[in-house]
Order: sequence, then structure tokens, then C-alpha cells
Amino acid sequence: MTAPDLTSGDLWTIAVAVCCSVACGTIGCFLVLRRLSLLGDAISHAVLPGIAVAFMLTGSREPWAMLGGALAIGLLTAGLATGVRRLGRLPEDAALGVVFTSLFALGVLLITWVAPSIDLDPGCVLYGLLEFVPLDMVTLIGADAADSARIAPGQFAATPTLEVPRALLWQAGLMLGNLTLITVIFKELRIASFDAALATTMGLSAAVVHGLMLTSVAATTVISFEAVGSILVVAMLVAPGATAQLLTDRLGRMVMLSGVLGASAAIIGYLLAVWLDASASGMISVVAGSQFAVAAVAAPRYGVVGKLIRNARLSQRIAREDVLGLLYRVHESGDSRPASLPHAQVLRAVAPGFRSRLACWQLRAAGLIQGMSGDELSLTPKGVEQAAQVIRAHRLWETFLSRNLPLPLDHLHEPSERLEHFLTPEIQAKIAAEVGDRSDPHGKQIPSP
Amino acid sequence: MRPSANSATLDLRAPAATANGSATGIAIEVHDVTVAYHRKPVLWDIDVSIPAERLVAIVGPNGAGKSTLLKAILGLVPMASGSVAIFGRTLREARKFIGYVPQRESVDWDFPIDALGVVLMGAYGRLGWFRRPGRAERARAMECLVRVGMTDFASRQIGQLSGGQQQRIFLARALMQDARLYLMDEPFAGVDAATEHAIVGVLRELRAAGRTVVAVHHDLQSVQDFFDHVVLLNTRLIAAGPTREVFTTANLQRTYGGRLTVLDEAAEAVKHATP
Amino acid sequence: MDTFLTDLARLLSLQDANTRTVLLGTGTLGLAAGVVGCFATLRRRALLGDAIAHAALPGICLAFLVVGSRSFPAFMLGALILGAFSAGVIAMVRAYTRVKEDAAIGIVIGSFFGLGVVLSSMIQKRPGGAVAGLDGFIFGKAASMTSADAIATSLVAGACLLVVAALYKEFKALCFDREFAASQGWPAVALDLIIMALVCACTVAGLPAVGVVMVVALLIIPGAAARCWTDRLGVMLLLAGLFGLGAAVIGAALSATLPAPPGSLSRGWPTGPLIVLSAAAAFLFSAVFAPRRGLIARLLAHRTEIVAP
Repeated sequence: MTAPDLTSGDLWTIAVAVCCSVACGTIGCFLVLRRLSLLGDAISHAVLPGIAVAFMLTGSREPWAMLGGALAIGLLTAGLATGVRRLGRLPEDAALGVVFTSLFALGVLLITWVAPSIDLDPGCVLYGLLEFVPLDMVTLIGADAADSARIAPGQFAATPTLEVPRALLWQAGLMLGNLTLITVIFKELRIASFDAALATTMGLSAAVVHGLMLTSVAATTVISFEAVGSILVVAMLVAPGATAQLLTDRLGRMVMLSGVLGASAAIIGYLLAVWLDASASGMISVVAGSQFAVAAVAAPRYGVVGKLIRNARLSQRIAREDVLGLLYRVHESGDSRPASLPHAQVLRAVAPGFRSRLACWQLRAAGLIQGMSGDELSLTPKGVEQAAQVIRAHRLWETFLSRNLPLPLDHLHEPSERLEHFLTPEIQAKIAAEVGDRSDPHGKQIPSP
Repeated sequence: MRPSANSATLDLRAPAATANGSATGIAIEVHDVTVAYHRKPVLWDIDVSIPAERLVAIVGPNGAGKSTLLKAILGLVPMASGSVAIFGRTLREARKFIGYVPQRESVDWDFPIDALGVVLMGAYGRLGWFRRPGRAERARAMECLVRVGMTDFASRQIGQLSGGQQQRIFLARALMQDARLYLMDEPFAGVDAATEHAIVGVLRELRAAGRTVVAVHHDLQSVQDFFDHVVLLNTRLIAAGPTREVFTTANLQRTYGGRLTVLDEAAEAVKHATP
Repeated sequence: MDTFLTDLARLLSLQDANTRTVLLGTGTLGLAAGVVGCFATLRRRALLGDAIAHAALPGICLAFLVVGSRSFPAFMLGALILGAFSAGVIAMVRAYTRVKEDAAIGIVIGSFFGLGVVLSSMIQKRPGGAVAGLDGFIFGKAASMTSADAIATSLVAGACLLVVAALYKEFKALCFDREFAASQGWPAVALDLIIMALVCACTVAGLPAVGVVMVVALLIIPGAAARCWTDRLGVMLLLAGLFGLGAAVIGAALSATLPAPPGSLSRGWPTGPLIVLSAAAAFLFSAVFAPRRGLIARLLAHRTEIVAP
């Protein structure tokens, strides 16, 4: 497959898509964090009748009228949902569903009514008109169309011209607007997102911040609607932010990441759409969704694979420490000659199958135990030191339990077997300070740190 | 004589027969139970025997894990370690002997159901799959409403009742289950004096009939009046036994005197290390 | 206007044989969706139905690509598989990641629907693609259902109603007090799955009539309207079914008989929005005029309270 030729029209479209995705993704972070993703979904559906009415009144897709009408309805959506919730005694999500489906249905009917007279496909309300972006250009600098007509083809124009798609002006403006808003009220957004009550007591009205955020979402929805349509705005509002949430713990990084993810989804999605000759906005949201899927699986800290690996590592460490503990007890009870246990016995005692075998192998490789498999295993001097620490943790916990919980003596061993792997040196020191670390409740000596 | 499942009358005065025929036994045996919430241990190695035919209070500060213990006994939350035996049986076998009065927070109060409908739910377990409650069950449900003094409210929608009235309906639902062991989560929380009086009356009748009640209780003043056995809990067991012996100033100081920092730190360490 | 009203009257009086089955299919679907939707709303799972519906679109497109031509059973199967898959994805995201359920629903709605739009745009460009009638699944086109389709839909709807009838008390217990039900030994997870399966079935069955984007309204709105009239679950289910039935039939009838928008080709009116608005009208009427729980009743009661000494 040869790479497709990108025309300047394509490049403009990509620019529009990038601005739109960055605008949606960044403000969408806060929807995700505050569990308002579905409100974003609702607003993006509810603005449709506003757009349709503005359309019908002005006879064209004149942006200011659309913006005004749709913005009003978008802001009303939350209020309407609350009203419906009280009116019908409904749960919140159902009330939202009633409001936005009804408004969306109304919008579709209105659009269907006017669509034939302006040659518009009603489906475009869902997936936007990205492909038409280069057709509506605006001159920023230089001679306008009337002047250029007087210049013969092939001749240089007297002054340089710069034409940009009208949509780009809107989307770039939106993007800058959102980024500015987020930057300016960043700390307010952060507090209001995590603890609305605290924010209000500190004099930053959480309600005001909430209102600003909703206004931004409504404006974003209305303006992006033309590029990617209502349903796909939802994907761009939520997916980059959710993906970023899986990749970082810090809010600032999360917002930046979602911008980057949105932009890359726009670029990759558009290129794929050109290559496959398919809907651009659809492809962009598929890419955004795929980014999330990849992150959910592979994100280093919060992805599923990462968790499975860390789980396996933890189980392995526990198995190793159990082997060390087992051999130490044998070593302790014997004389100065290094005591040992048959390999098979160790395997049986510690963990099922593969895990304990691997543990023995790892300990051997680290020089903590000696003896071949099928043979007798014993601790090396280095192994004795390490094992002593495990036993120390175990016996400290037994002592702590016996002092603070009314547990009989024979109930102390099992909980300590579990906890010994998690007691950090700090916790051990605290326990030692509280209950002393000479001997455990059974009279056994506690190894020193 | 135990009332049969289909009988129309519920005779609370009839003593319940116990598994081994003796007058008292162990209702609940909790053996080394540890419960974790979001990977973090919130109950540590609880080891306690709760005697039968008593009114037992579980007492402790907020966040002590009292509700968690009840839920662990009922199998509503998983146990990280340990086991529970009820009348010497596993939970699965013993479920039909257990009645549960949960906290009011867990319920959807806008639900379209009236008071009688809620009480009838107590019979669902006995009815089994697909069968509907019939005349016999409705009669028994009305009797349970009589027991808690709520007959006038039988056809009121549940959300229209006050907190105390809702609590009494929940109690009636549990009575409907005609259980040997009742587990109640804060039955006296936020109720008016009349409701408190009604609930105490029902509890005393239950004890006289040889039933066991284990209730999470928050009001220290009334423990000695209502309960003859107490379990003091603060993420770990402090003490358990007859109220006279165990409900002492020293024990209460240990229960309410703050948490063990070592336990909290160890819980954090476990949570942090577990993916 | 006259022809519209006579057409409508004729349609609704069920004299026309081929429209009879379509209206019947749509009607039974409205009935089942209204009933099942009550439980979905009570379990706070209403908008999960929205995700399932949006995920159905790529399912339908894939079915078309596999089968090669328009095939109602294949479309429904494709929709069901993708719908169930999307519900599973959302459950897994909720269980295994730190991302919350509402975000998962939003991602699924956007990206699965995007996939559907991509596939649909590719299909439209192939020869024979326009015949697939995929557009009808977006906003609904009840008229595109054949009588065989309608009968199949009715059977699915009937099966859903049977399940609800059989498990009525179990669902009731689960939705009202899940903990208590679990303490009695009821398998809460399995019952939840059954409810979700019913939601899936009704959603998919509703696609031809209402379309992907708005079928969730048929699950939510009739129940919301019914709730205004009664405090008893049984009556609520009955009313929700009736409202759903009425909205579906009226919407389908209107879409078939309303004069086409001026200047359009043969496009006609999509069914989905008409059904939704019929249901919404029922809701508004109920919310305002229902005795005791309606707005007017409550305002009057409030006034008499103030006026009375």
C-alpha cells in the first residue's frame, strides 16, 4: 500500500481535529475525575435542539447563534435533570436519561425537517462534518477572493495571502480558551474536584468552579459538534482523560497527557481514515478508545498486566521468605552444624508446585541457600542473616499480638506467618520499642535487626 | 414446639430447640477472622464465641469494624482469613436460621413498595424460587406488624415513614424470618423513644423465646440495660463476655482510647504492598 | 393534513395486514422494554443500556460484512454479541482498574459507536452497501421490519416478560435491598446478570424500531412515567408496559404516515425520535397531572396545608 498523498486540505482538517481533541480531552479530565462523564454525554446530546433551532432561525450554520442557543440548553441540562429527578422521584442517571434522550429526539426531528432545504444529512449530527472543513475557508491576511480573481493564474500575488478554514478558527479558539481556563483556575479545579466542601470553606466557591466547568463543556460540545458530531464528542471528552488517569497520579500531568493523547488520536485517526477511506471522526474515536484499552492492559502501575506481574512478584517473594523461615527454624533447633531439609519436604511445606521450586532456585542463585534440587537444602551464612530478619518480623508480630489482642498462644503463629512479609523495618522498630524484642510469647529468641 | 413454616401464627413464646438439645450453646464461633477492605485489613484476627439465647451487643467507636464483622459472619464481605461457624454449622447450612436487620442506609427508600411488602420479603427465603407469597404469608406478616406496633402503616409507601418507623418495619421483616439468630446492625440508630421502646420489647420477647440476638449498638448508656452479653471491638477484639464482667471502665478506655498505631501502619503496609 | 389523519386512523385501527404485524412487533417490544427498563432503572443500570445500544452498531455492521447481505437475524445476533461484549468490558474496567463506571460507559459509547460509523461508512461505499439499510438502525425505521422480523421481535419480547413474571419477587428483593437478599442466600450476582441479559435483549430487539441512539429512552421513560401514578411495583410495571406499548405504536404509526419534510426525497421521518417524544409526552403528562405524586397534586396539597389552620 502506498502512503496516501496528503493535500493541504487534509492538513487543515488534521489541524482542526487536533484542536478539537485537545480542547475536549483537557476539560474532559475533570469530568472523569468528578464522575460526571455521563453529564458530558448528556450535554452533547441535549445541545442538538438548540443548534437546530438556531439553524432554523438564522437559515445557516451561523456560529454565534448556534453557540448561544445551544449553550443555553447545555447549561440547562443539569438543571433540567435535577428538576426531572425531583418531579418524578427518579434516580439521577435515569433523570439524566429522560432529559437528554427527549431533547435529542426533538433535535433530530427538527434537523430532519430542515435538512432537505439545506442539503444536510441528518446523520451528520452524530458524526460531524470533518470532511467538509477545507471547503469553508476564511481569509486572514492579504487579498480576498475578489482581488485574487484579477490576478492572472501563475503570477505571483502582490501580497502574501493566508486562508484558514473557518472551523480552525473556532476550534483553535476553543482549545486556547479551555487551556487558558484550566491554567487560570487550576488550583481551584483541583480542590473542587477532590473535596467540594473544603473548597467552599476556603472561599473558593465550588459552585462557581462547577459552573465554569459546565460552561466550558457545553461550549466545547457545541463548537466541536460540527467537527466530530455529538456522540463522538463523548469519546473525545472521556477517553483521553481516562487513559491519562491510568498513566499518572498527578493532575497537571494528567491534563497534559490527555491533551497529547487527544492530539495523537486525531492525527492517527485521520490518517487511518484517509488510508481506509472511512469516516474520519469515527476513526478518531476508535483510536481514542484503543488508547484506553492499551493503557488499561499495559499501563505500568495501573494496568491489568502490571498488576498481575506485581501480584506474581509478591507471591514469589512470600514463597522465598517462607523457605528461608522454614530452614531457619530447622537451623535454630540444631547444633552448630548447618541443618538441612530434603528439597521435597521444603516444596511440600511452602507453596504448591512451580512457585516453591522457583523460590528455591532464586534463593540458590542469590547465594542464600545451598544444595541441589532432589538433595538436602540448607542456609548459607548470608542466608541465615536474611532468614533471621524474616523470623524477627514473625516473632515481633507474635509478641505484639499477644500483648494487644486476647488471642490464645496457639492462634499467634498463623497470622504472623501472613504478616511477617509486610512489616517494614520502621514498623518493626515501633513494635520493638513498645513490647521489647528479646523473646516471643513461646520463649523463642527474637533475632536482632 | 417450633412453628412450622406454613403455619399462620407465629408463637414467639415457644422456645426454640437447639442443635444438640441442651439449653444453651454457642450461637456463633468466630475463629481468627481477618477482613480486608480494598486490600487493607480492617478487622484483625477476631477470635470470639458468642453464646446462644442471649442479647449480645457489639460495641466500639466509629470505624471499628462492627458492621464489617456482622457482614463477614453473613458472608456479605469476604474474609481474608479465618472461619465462622453458626450453631456448629457452615453459613450455607445455617442461613435459614438467621434473620438480618441491616442498616437503613443500604436501602433505596424511593422504591415502590409498601410496609407490608417489605415485611413479606422476610418470607422469600422460605418460599424459594418462583413461588409467590400467599394468604398464609400475608397473615403472618400482619402479625409481625402487630408485634412492632405498625399495623396502621401496612399500606404506606416505605419512603413516607419516619426513621423509627422504617426501623420497626425492618425488624418486622426479620421476625417474619422466624430465625434462631438475629443479626442487627445499629437497630437503635436515629429512632424515636416510642420505637426504642418497641424494639426493646421485641428483643426481650425474643430472648424469652430462646432466640439469640447480636446487635451492633452505639449508645453506651443503654448497653447495660438492654444487653446481657457484650463484645468490645476496635478493629481488633478488646474483650467479650457477660456485660457485668466485661463492661468496665478499663475495657471501655481501651476500646475508645484510640487505635493502635502499629495496627494502622501495618494495615497501610499491607495495602501498599498488595497490587 | 386530511390524508395524514385518515392514514393514521387506518393504521391504528390495524386494518392493514402488513402494517399490523409491524405495529404488533413494535408494540410488544415497547411493552417488554418498559417493564424490563423499570428494573434496570431501579438497579441504577439504565445508562448501561445506552452503552449496549451504541455498541450494537458495529455488531450489525460486522454481521453484514460476514453474511454479505441484509439479514435481520444476523444483524440481531451481531448486535447481541457486541452488546454483551461491551457490558462485559464495562464491568471489567470497573472491577480491575481505577477508572469509574461512568467513564467506562462514556468510552464505550463513543468508541464503539465510532467503530460502527467507520464500518458503516466503508459499507456504504461498496456496491450493494446502500441496500443494507444500516442507516435505519441509527434513528430507527420501524417500516423496514418485515413481518418475519416483527414476529421474531415479539417472541423475544414475550420471553423477556415471562422471565420477569417468573422472577418477579427475586428481582424485587434484589432491587430494594440487595444485602438482605444476599443474606437470605439469594445469588445476587446471578440475578443481576439475568437483569442485564434482559436489558441486552430488549435493547437489541428495540434497535429496528427506535435505533441505536435512542433505544435507551424506551427503557427509561415509560417506567419514569408509570412511577408518577403508583407506589406499588406491580402496578408500576403494568403501567410502564402500557406506556411503552403506546409510545412505540404511536411513534411507529406517525413515522409511517406523517407527510415527508418538504423537499426531501423518500427519506421520511425516522421512527426513533417520534417514539421517544411520545414517551416523553406521557412522562410530562404523568409528572404534572398524576394524582398525589404529580406536580399539580402536590402544589394543591401544599396550598391546603398552608391555608388550613
